[in-house]
Amino acid sequence: MTLPLGYFALQEGHEIQAAAHGPAGEAFEPFLPGLVILLPLIGFLLNGALALAASRRSADSLRGGVELDFFEGGNRPLTHRLPTWIGPGVLGLAFLIVLVNFTRMLGADLHEPIIRHYWTWMNTGAFEVDVALQLDQLSMIMMMVVTGVGFLIHVFSVGYMGDDQGYPRYFAYLNLFVFFMLILVMGASFLLMFVGWEGVGFCSYILIGYWFTDREKADSGKKAFIVNRIGDLGFLAAMFLLFAGFGSFGGFGTLNFVEIFHDAPDALVYGGGIVTAITLCLLLGATGKSAQIPLYVWLPDAMAGPTPVSALIHAATMVTAGVYMVARTSVLFALAPVGGLSVALIGALTALFAATIGLAQYDIKRVLAYSTISQLGYMFVGVGVGAYAAGVFHLMTHAFFKALLFLGSGAVIHSMHHALHHTHNHADPQDMRNMGGLKKFMPITWITMWIATLAIAGIWPFAGFFSKDEIIWYAGARAAGTYGAWFTLIWIMALAAAMITAVYMTRLMIMTFHGKNRTGQEEAKHLHEAPWVMWVPLAILAALSIFGGWVNVPHAISDSFLGGYGLLPMSEWLHDWLHPIAGVATEIQATGAGEFSHHAPLFGGGELLWAVLSTVAALVVVLVTARIVGGFKYLPASESPAPKGFKKVLYMKYYIDELYDRIIVQPLIKASRFAWKVIDAGIVDGIANGLGNLARAFGWFGSLFQTGSVNTYALFLAIGVLVILGVVAF
Amino acid sequence: MLTGLLTEALVVSAFLFVVGTFGVLVRRNAIIMFLCIELQLNAVNLSFVALSRALGIEGQLYVFFVMTVAAAEAAVGLAIIISIFRHYETVNVNNFNLLKW
Repeated sequence: MTLPLGYFALQEGHEIQAAAHGPAGEAFEPFLPGLVILLPLIGFLLNGALALAASRRSADSLRGGVELDFFEGGNRPLTHRLPTWIGPGVLGLAFLIVLVNFTRMLGADLHEPIIRHYWTWMNTGAFEVDVALQLDQLSMIMMMVVTGVGFLIHVFSVGYMGDDQGYPRYFAYLNLFVFFMLILVMGASFLLMFVGWEGVGFCSYILIGYWFTDREKADSGKKAFIVNRIGDLGFLAAMFLLFAGFGSFGGFGTLNFVEIFHDAPDALVYGGGIVTAITLCLLLGATGKSAQIPLYVWLPDAMAGPTPVSALIHAATMVTAGVYMVARTSVLFALAPVGGLSVALIGALTALFAATIGLAQYDIKRVLAYSTISQLGYMFVGVGVGAYAAGVFHLMTHAFFKALLFLGSGAVIHSMHHALHHTHNHADPQDMRNMGGLKKFMPITWITMWIATLAIAGIWPFAGFFSKDEIIWYAGARAAGTYGAWFTLIWIMALAAAMITAVYMTRLMIMTFHGKNRTGQEEAKHLHEAPWVMWVPLAILAALSIFGGWVNVPHAISDSFLGGYGLLPMSEWLHDWLHPIAGVATEIQATGAGEFSHHAPLFGGGELLWAVLSTVAALVVVLVTARIVGGFKYLPASESPAPKGFKKVLYMKYYIDELYDRIIVQPLIKASRFAWKVIDAGIVDGIANGLGNLARAFGWFGSLFQTGSVNTYALFLAIGVLVILGVVAF
Repeated sequence: MLTGLLTEALVVSAFLFVVGTFGVLVRRNAIIMFLCIELQLNAVNLSFVALSRALGIEGQLYVFFVMTVAAAEAAVGLAIIISIFRHYETVNVNNFNLLKW
């Protein structure tokens, strides 16, 4: 398909209005939605061209025997200056367009998704897929998060990656990632979503292995890619089932969201085997992309990438794709109670499991990585129990405070790296044992990260309090209905994980910013606050981490003191906003598995009581942890003793990587070796070579008659004549 | 008389042909082999002439064709043998068995 680039922007396709508008309110008029996707792609092409130009110069120089330093003499070449404007610029523009669309959607009355149809992608018999974008409340929220948080992280990257030789390459990759992420959230069919799904997976791979000359980092990228393949298999299987069906179910014959979700309640039996299989396959896909048990192992290793990448891809956007997918396919999950329960159970297990690992890690980014896995588990609990708005809500607030935490850790690492670099110290700039007392040197980072910590710990009135509390509450509220015992268990695990979250985050803050400085005296002189281009995004994200939760204050809380007696605005706004998307699923679930109850399991008590309890408990945990961890005498990493006992088990991440290596990787390598050496080289090649040798043997035998002597040929000729004569005569 | 002579002529022809064939198969000197081939051709010519007495003039016509071909063949064949001799300084066919694969 060769279309001019302007096609997206100029010729906005023809529009299919999915259904009639509601009686009240005006119609939603989308504003250049294609351009939102196109802008990051343009950024990728421009930055990519610059990166190629830079690499050509670098290669020419290498051929001459000199390793080129682009920043020699303090002069940045054009290839390393332009990305500063192109990279964040396209994202900023895209964000503005999304903002226009968002305000228009706010004013409009939109009950059915708007589908922007561009062209038919493929049409083979019964299988037809269009390139079409879906604009509705859910994709709008995701677009806001992706472009908004993405823009801030791009700006931060200008400071963080400024000294990197591969600066244009970095921004090219980052732009490409946003392009695919937007396809993922805006695609109007499973297949288009899958395109984005694979695209972000690929970008994750190239960005984890961004410093590919380091073998370990390149391997981490491969690990992420390969583990995700397993999940993608589930996604593919779910698509096949949806399209073609199985057994008595004939399939939908399409992959478009609107049609499938419209037909699903009639076409699929509630709780039936097919819909359960579909949801479990989708869940497998989601566990891969969103790093849940059993496929979470790639995310901690993904921290090998640059820190802003960790913030954007491995905390705020890509890893939430699984949550988005479950929310998008909410109708299917509502029709399959076992599927929904599995999502919630895996989420709760992951939340608790990853949180405990986070307790004993020393690498600041690793703690945050396990924290991300744990928080993604919460989102899974949210969408799993059917509180889709709560899951998406936590997705959004998590994007704010986790991006802030990662960027803050990036600022810390940046500063540590500079300090250690100045003194040629080879200590690990990411090891928290080497930090300590940094608040004196980096006050802005310190304050903003504390805000994020309080948010993630679930302390009122920060963003995380509202979103996390809602998820835990809805998990408990399912305990009265079908599979109640399981939901009680999930509720307890989620509560426990919330407390552990408060512990490991406080530990991180205390070890990094408080206590005695452990960098060394000479190094400490070079510690500095991040430049403005880095701390401004931190400050904006900090504001969002404070106020971001106020968009969805539960009704039960809003009129009490926790809701400022109604002062906190927008009571359950997000819940109402997402109702057109999740409403059908909520109804199906209410009839099939029972309504959400209004009191907590086991102990009773209403939402308000538990909200108060949890925030007070979290606060107590934060204070107690701060006191205990503050009392520990940490030594720099090189002098610290190795962890012992259970702490070692946690430090070694329950030996899961070793276990996977033993039961999956090694047998796979052995089997591959067997297939190579015995089956391929032995049997297959043996047959092929054997046939060749046989032909050669026949040839050798035949060649015995070719003596080259004229007499022999004449003899055979004579014999032949005699034979023919004999045959003719007799 | 005619028929009696025909038989003798055919016997001589067959004898000559067998001698020629035998010579081609056993001798190694290229010139001798060449002579033997000529012998075979002329044996056939003899039978043509003999049979034309009984069956019509066409047999004698064919003899001219055979002689023409034999002359052409002799010209080419001798040229080849001479060029081989210049190269190897021998006309023993055992020494040039290049016609292998």
